[in-house]
Amino acid sequence: MTTIDAKALHFSQLGESLRALAGQEVQVKNCLGHRYIGAGISGISIDIDGIPGNALGAYLLEGSTIVTRGNAQDATGDTMSGGSIVIHGSTGDAVGYGMRGGSIFVKGNAGYRAGIHMKEFGEKCPKLVIGGKAGDFLGEYQAGGIIVVLGLNAKQGEPCVGRFCGTGQHGGKIFLRGGIVPNELPPQVFVKQTEPEDLEPIVPLLEQYAATFGVDLGMLKSSPYLLLTPNSANPYQSLYAQY
Amino acid sequence: MDLYVHPRFEVLRSEKKCICCRVCERQCANGAHGYDESAGTMESYDEKCVNCHRCVALCPTKALKIAETSHSFRQNANWSGHTIQELYLQANTGGVLLSSMGNPRPLPSYFDRILLNASQVTNPSIDPLREPMETRTFLGKKNQTVTRDTRGRLKDNMGAQLELRAPIMFSAMSLGSISYNAHASLANAARELGIFYNCGEGGLHKDFYKYGPNTIVQVASGRFGVHQPYLMAGAAVEIKMGQGAKPGIGGHLPGHKNMGQIAATRMTPEGSDAISPAPHHDIYSIEDLRQLVYSLKEATGNTKPIIVKIAAVHNVAAIASGVARSGADIIAIDGFRGGTGAAPTRIRDNVGIPIELALASVDQKLRDEGIRSDVSLVVGGSIRSSTDWVKAIALGADACYIATGALLALGCHLCRSCHTNLCNWGIATQRPDLVRRLNPEIGAEHLVNLIKAWQHELREIMGGMGINSVEALRGNRLMLRGVGMTREELDILGIKHAGL
Ligand code: SF4
Ligand code: SF4
Ligand code: SF4
Repeated sequence: MTTIDAKALHFSQLGESLRALAGQEVQVKNCLGHRYIGAGISGISIDIDGIPGNALGAYLLEGSTIVTRGNAQDATGDTMSGGSIVIHGSTGDAVGYGMRGGSIFVKGNAGYRAGIHMKEFGEKCPKLVIGGKAGDFLGEYQAGGIIVVLGLNAKQGEPCVGRFCGTGQHGGKIFLRGGIVPNELPPQVFVKQTEPEDLEPIVPLLEQYAATFGVDLGMLKSSPYLLLTPNSANPYQSLYAQY
Repeated sequence: MDLYVHPRFEVLRSEKKCICCRVCERQCANGAHGYDESAGTMESYDEKCVNCHRCVALCPTKALKIAETSHSFRQNANWSGHTIQELYLQANTGGVLLSSMGNPRPLPSYFDRILLNASQVTNPSIDPLREPMETRTFLGKKNQTVTRDTRGRLKDNMGAQLELRAPIMFSAMSLGSISYNAHASLANAARELGIFYNCGEGGLHKDFYKYGPNTIVQVASGRFGVHQPYLMAGAAVEIKMGQGAKPGIGGHLPGHKNMGQIAATRMTPEGSDAISPAPHHDIYSIEDLRQLVYSLKEATGNTKPIIVKIAAVHNVAAIASGVARSGADIIAIDGFRGGTGAAPTRIRDNVGIPIELALASVDQKLRDEGIRSDVSLVVGGSIRSSTDWVKAIALGADACYIATGALLALGCHLCRSCHTNLCNWGIATQRPDLVRRLNPEIGAEHLVNLIKAWQHELREIMGGMGINSVEALRGNRLMLRGVGMTREELDILGIKHAGL
């Protein structure tokens, strides 16, 4: 394990050091808002002590893991294609933007536009799990992958996500624990209460969440969930007159 | 009952010349030709014709021609027949009008009203056949400070650059909007010419990674096919913020085109729409843009210049000034005549401004602010000839992007039906039988011919001006004069009227 003290480093210096350590285990100490940590690096394992800045783990690759003990900021895991990011706190806006593989586990809340433009193809199916609540526009333009919001800190009767959840969604699945329909759902989103078999794809995610953050798995598994899916893979087909 | 919309074109077949070989019937993917078995004669279905000339070009006896219909509405200078028919179509369908390729409206072209200079008597012209002419161009931020090491030697402090043998590139067209064979043609030609093609926002097909050193890879809001190996594959990364044909409107590849290799390259589920909205939902400011620029620089280890592409719109100079401060190395500006594989007609025809004006005002603004060398400027949005190219460079461009012109070299006949997936020339289609019609080797050869011809013309024009390098032509507005322009137009372009 290599330790880097980030205190006096500019983000570009930290980035350079990390790129040189691809394939190794690295601890970053005194992290203070450094952006782009782990951007596009494969096979690295980064443990962050302190607060990382925006775009943590952007374009992250297979075989990489990032664990941060504090909160993360905006654009965590932007366009990541593999690996995993674990946040022992909350994260800002646009977490998992355009992600096409790998997983992100957020212990606490996520800001606006979490999981937008998520994609999947073939074997690659990205997963985003948010333990607390998520802001507006969760899963906007989602084309694939799985988003789970647990709402563990949601009040009784309160939806665990904000408004306009799944706007423009045309693929993938959104699971919302608690079974409360979010406000102002767009018309193209199809909502149902899950049957036990619907939960199959998220059981391993719940297990991992419970194990990572010390939450009762039985409670997670026995809770009611809503499943949001798009009612069309081609939402805009009828919009146009061709000539 | 639907409102009646009269066919726009008439298929005219000479009975005398036609030998009923049925070639036209096989060639027209729109189904505008048929054969009447009982009568033993050919039939035409005018309403299906888009005027792409495929049948005309392939008819062995030259029996065919296509005419714009002479059927007309009662003369009305305000309501053209075409406008009336479009309205009928919307009344019938309730749909947004969709079309493709660049703005066809008869708006004034500034390039056509700019004339070039040549030397006479003093400052003699240069014979490009005899004298060396430098057309090599480097795109990217040019550092203004010189740094030396402890022994006083110059340190290379130049960031990543793109080196072009001539200042021209093929602009972004995604795999999906155009075919595999069209991409193969562009990639091959770019390699042979020592320039770059741009794979557009649909990802880079695995077969084309080998052209990486001559490829610009694009990142748009939908992030199709974007992963780190893709970013590393290209010579530069372009962030698409806007497109001249449809500023403020995003890309949308319909699900029926998003199949097989297209979906694999985009890394999206087959058959689902590939939606890339105009706004990047993580960019609301120059500071946000800066974040994307730097995340790309970090992900590529600072080895690739970052291009930010914007559409030419009102206030483009202020926008470009912001973009220049975002850390972008190159700004690409796309004028309102730029092409598209599909765009809402009204947007294409009414939104944006001419590239000549946008370029001149951006160049001036960046000079005024002392940041012109921080970025290179690449412009597109209807560069139709070597003279448009020369004029753009003299107005301040470091290089030009061409797309429609490149497709014409591949055989496109500008029928503006790219959005139908039925391109009879194998360019804007994903139907395998149609794609096969475009031979990538011949396509590349035509592109190489075109650019070589333009290069000769560029050298000849520069020679005539007494200029022997593109560097000296860039921003050299003294080489330009306007005709038939207002004071204001001349001021924006920063040129004098002819005669002065
Ligand atoms: S291709 Fe020409 S000759 Fe052959 S059927 Fe058509 S019009 Fe007649
Ligand atoms: S669409 Fe093209 S191929 Fe078909 S009839 Fe018209 S010009 Fe000929
Ligand atoms: S690319 Fe094909 S469909 Fe598009 S304008 Fe050219 S010929 Fe027509």
